Amino acid sequence: MKKLSARRRHPLAAVVVLLLALAATGGLYTAFAPADKAQAETSAQSLAIDEGKKLYAVGCASCHGTGGQGTTDGPSLVGVGAAAVDFQVGTGRMPAQQPGAQVPDKKNIYSQAEIDQLAAFVASLGAGPAVPTEEQYDPKGADIAAGGELFRTNCAQCHNFTGKGGALTEGKYAPPLDDVDPKYIYEAMLHGPQNMPVFPDTTLTEKNKKDIIAYLDTVNSDDSESPGGMELGGLGPVSEGLFGWIFGLGGLIAVAVWVAARTAKAKKS
Amino acid sequence: MSSQENPDENLPAARATDGHAHGDVGVPDEKHPFADPGLPPHQHRIQDIDERAAKRSERTVALLFTVSMLATIGFIASFVTIPADRIVYIFPLGHISGLNFALGMTLGLALFCIGAGAVHWARTLMSDEEIADERHAIEAPPEVKAKVMADFKQGAKESALGRRKLLRNTMFGALTLFPLSGIVLLRDLGPLPEDKLRHTLWSKGKLLVNMNTDEPLRPSDVTVGSLTFAKPEGLEEHDHDFQTEIAKAALMIVRLQPENIKDKRELEWSHDGIVAYSKICTHVGCPISLYEQQTHHVLCPCHQSTFDLSDGARVIFGPAGHPLPQLRIGVNDEGYLEALGDFDEPVGPAFWERG
Amino acid sequence: MSTTTTSDSRSREKAPAGERVADWADGRLGIYSLAKANMRKIFPDHWSFMLGEICLYSFLIIILTGVYLTLFFHPSMNEIEYHGSYVPLQGQLMSEAFASTLDISFDVRGGLLIRQIHHWAAIVFLAGMFVHMMRVFFTGAFRKPREVNWLFGFLLFVLGMFTGFTGYSLPDDLLSGTGVRFTQGAILSMPIVGTYISMFLFGGEFPGGDFVARFYSIHILLLPGIMLGLVVAHLILVFYHKHTQFAGPGRTNKNVVGMPLLPVYMAKAGGFFFLVFGFIAMMAAVATINPIWVLGPYRPDQVSTGAQPDWYMGFAEGLIRAMPGWEINFWGHTLVLGVLIPLVLFGVFLAVIALYPFIESWVTGDKREHHILDRPRNAPTRTAFGVAWITGYVIMLIGGGNDIVATHFHLSINSVTWFVRIGFFAGPVIAFIVTKRICLGLQRRDKDKVLHGRESGIIKRLPHGEFVEVHEPLSQEALHTLTAHEQYQPAEIGPAVDENGVERKVKGPQKLRAKLSNAYYGEDSQIPKPTAEEYKEITSGHGHH
Repeated sequence: MKKLSARRRHPLAAVVVLLLALAATGGLYTAFAPADKAQAETSAQSLAIDEGKKLYAVGCASCHGTGGQGTTDGPSLVGVGAAAVDFQVGTGRMPAQQPGAQVPDKKNIYSQAEIDQLAAFVASLGAGPAVPTEEQYDPKGADIAAGGELFRTNCAQCHNFTGKGGALTEGKYAPPLDDVDPKYIYEAMLHGPQNMPVFPDTTLTEKNKKDIIAYLDTVNSDDSESPGGMELGGLGPVSEGLFGWIFGLGGLIAVAVWVAARTAKAKKS
Repeated sequence: MSSQENPDENLPAARATDGHAHGDVGVPDEKHPFADPGLPPHQHRIQDIDERAAKRSERTVALLFTVSMLATIGFIASFVTIPADRIVYIFPLGHISGLNFALGMTLGLALFCIGAGAVHWARTLMSDEEIADERHAIEAPPEVKAKVMADFKQGAKESALGRRKLLRNTMFGALTLFPLSGIVLLRDLGPLPEDKLRHTLWSKGKLLVNMNTDEPLRPSDVTVGSLTFAKPEGLEEHDHDFQTEIAKAALMIVRLQPENIKDKRELEWSHDGIVAYSKICTHVGCPISLYEQQTHHVLCPCHQSTFDLSDGARVIFGPAGHPLPQLRIGVNDEGYLEALGDFDEPVGPAFWERG
Repeated sequence: MSTTTTSDSRSREKAPAGERVADWADGRLGIYSLAKANMRKIFPDHWSFMLGEICLYSFLIIILTGVYLTLFFHPSMNEIEYHGSYVPLQGQLMSEAFASTLDISFDVRGGLLIRQIHHWAAIVFLAGMFVHMMRVFFTGAFRKPREVNWLFGFLLFVLGMFTGFTGYSLPDDLLSGTGVRFTQGAILSMPIVGTYISMFLFGGEFPGGDFVARFYSIHILLLPGIMLGLVVAHLILVFYHKHTQFAGPGRTNKNVVGMPLLPVYMAKAGGFFFLVFGFIAMMAAVATINPIWVLGPYRPDQVSTGAQPDWYMGFAEGLIRAMPGWEINFWGHTLVLGVLIPLVLFGVFLAVIALYPFIESWVTGDKREHHILDRPRNAPTRTAFGVAWITGYVIMLIGGGNDIVATHFHLSINSVTWFVRIGFFAGPVIAFIVTKRICLGLQRRDKDKVLHGRESGIIKRLPHGEFVEVHEPLSQEALHTLTAHEQYQPAEIGPAVDENGVERKVKGPQKLRAKLSNAYYGEDSQIPKPTAEEYKEITSGHGHH
């Protein structure tokens, strides 16, 4: 939740709050006034879509096509949903510097408001998973142990036991999950970014996803406990072997050199 | 003379002309400029000539031993006072167990100081005069060897082992046969293989149960690009033989666009683009499941065998020797995914009888 | 008579307690005769002679901590639900072996420390044996009379690998279980007997419910028992042969120069045990090893990326990963070459280094005892061979960690694998050539130093304006040390016809031996060491350089 409090002071925070408020108002209005709401929602929505369309034309159209239909450089965005946009742009993966097998994450250059507008536009191209609410991905109260088992069944094969990442074919990789915002983890499972498979709610339920996020939060965060000492990158025997050789045997050889060395002789004078 | 008659010809000793160069100690002279000057004279250390320096060394050693005693007391104190579940933050180690750290450091210090004290004592206060010790040949002198051979011959003769052939042969026979009992005893270590490796729990009509939710899967649950793991209906985690059965029955389900499926049989055995493959690698049996939804490749994390799930799980890289077995699936009357039989080939690693 | 009685009674009354105990023991065990030869036994001082001690001490540490661990470990594969103090595994099904390892780590005070000391000591033990073995190899300490001890050491290394592997598998965690699965797959690949051995070893199909208990008795009884015997034999032979030493003034093939066992080596070696134990204890305090609680219990349908064995099995892992997937089907049978070839190569590669001493002694035909160590540069072919072997080994270690290499150096895992495939053949060849050249270069430099002296760094201007660097002549000690090594001459087959003009029959092995001997000691393989004549000629021509 540190991330959220840091963003509170962001210059665009007001805009976000305003937009959220607008959306919320619109939503409430919708709920209570089913008759007239269509009009109001459409206008707020279409405003965001219009703004999103402009952003899209600048940042995305060159690869994904002007109407999101996709080109040889980028896949079609019809039906990928708002969650995909929120994830890809929010983690800085999109816009990509260059098309390739895998687009790495980098510093995000869009504000959350702009991302929401982009998401609204892309979502308007075809139905897809929506951005999850905080209640959906908040790890509080979830079953950590169940999450661990789910993680080992569904995720560890690519992301390692505690989400330290791993290699895929031809230079692709499953990124480390250290310090990834729970929202993005949730969105990734929901829409399967790049080569990651999708884990739809039908096969990995909302509760399952929450459990997984809770497990990751326990074993892979800044304050995760490592009772035995330094976790050596959490990479298993390779880093343990290196540590054993370099620090362990290296240190013992240094001690051996001291044990066997000649003691300083008195100067002849 | 050829080397055949004298195989030692190429040895340096056979050719060495100046024994001085690597033999006895001698004074270098015109003929032997590299002669061994012998052990250099012993030089004193400061501690050997200065009693104050020696005292300093003594105090250092005593200090090290004292630190060790204190560290042992610290070890006991830590053991008694620090709770086993106390987590402390120590830079740069992270959030670690306070007890493990305290016990390890005190024990390590206690031991290390004993060692450091002893070595410092040896290095500074014990004599450092080098002593030469003579070596003696390992080989016995000829007369000793002759005596041993004679003794042996006499012993062998007295035993009459060579003369009484019947005795010798039956003894050898008995000695050769008795270990067989030991080998026979090992028979009950396990059952015979028979056709155990050829069958799994899958059979016609068994539902595909989602690993995560324990619910049977419907085709609509499995979206394009998704990855789902399934087990046969009726197999529960608490079952006595769960581990052994899941080791063969574990299933990986993905959905492709039917037009992307290149292999004809794969298409036939699929349902509406949903294909089910064994999750067990055909190389040495790791659960293979690093599925790349865009390339449809699946990679084994153990030895990097790569299979193309859109082309009959053909091996495209790595040490696996044959494709992953596919399970033929369909949909039952209630709309659930079901198996249409067992795998038609053994799952997992190849073996001699696999054929 | 009377004198004896008095002296006897006096010693009974007045001898200090220690002496009386020793007398008692001597009367029953003959300890004085034993101590006579050994109490002041001489050991030469060199840091590299202590590598073996690191191994011995870490072995003792492993035994001590291992006994402690057996007090708490339950070698059972019964599935139970976990309700211990580690929250993220609460309520999970796991074997008793895994649960008891969790208890050792979280509920037994100091249990985690002992577990980590045990495992770190195992890593250091194997690494120490590897380095110790290479020290012995590169200095030629394996030559007569020490070939048998070399084999004992080699066996210890191999047994250590398997003891480590069986121990690593005991907690029944997800990572080690994956390793056991690999072992089972590898056993299945063996022609004819594979399925039978697998069924017998696992008591049925994998994983069954037996292997932890079976590995347990192998890990704590069978293998360490054999190893203990071998360690004792290894040490007895070290004592019996007396230690080797490097050449130097006063050090010959007929003596051993150093400090006596009592008191210096008693203190140094005894102290070193505590240093090693203390050091490893501190390692276990600061760095975690095999944190099984984050790995989770073993399930044959689960896996994590980065699935590697401990480093000493990394070489085998590399071979397995680099091998292409060859499989031959014939007459209803399958020959799994993709697994079988790496298994065989693994054995052959290790056997090559084990048998090397016998190959070299056959090539040299040398039947003498060797107690003076070679400097690696003075045996260029052997050194180059050793470096080539290590290169092959290390490349396969890289292959065993190809996924970690790929992610951490941003490479493609396929390219890393291809690099390993090619490197395994090309690397050793390149390493061989480069090492040999470096050795010869160093030999030339030694020769230069002997003949021309040491470069002093002082530049002198001669009367006619020429600048020269002053070379200082070496001390007699240095002159001797640099020329003390022996040089073999290449073996010759001799003329094709004997003195009567009859064609001689030269057998194949004889030819091979001559060829190898030429490769070892021919003109391109060693720099003749300076002769007395060369030295005289140069030193008599004063002032030249």
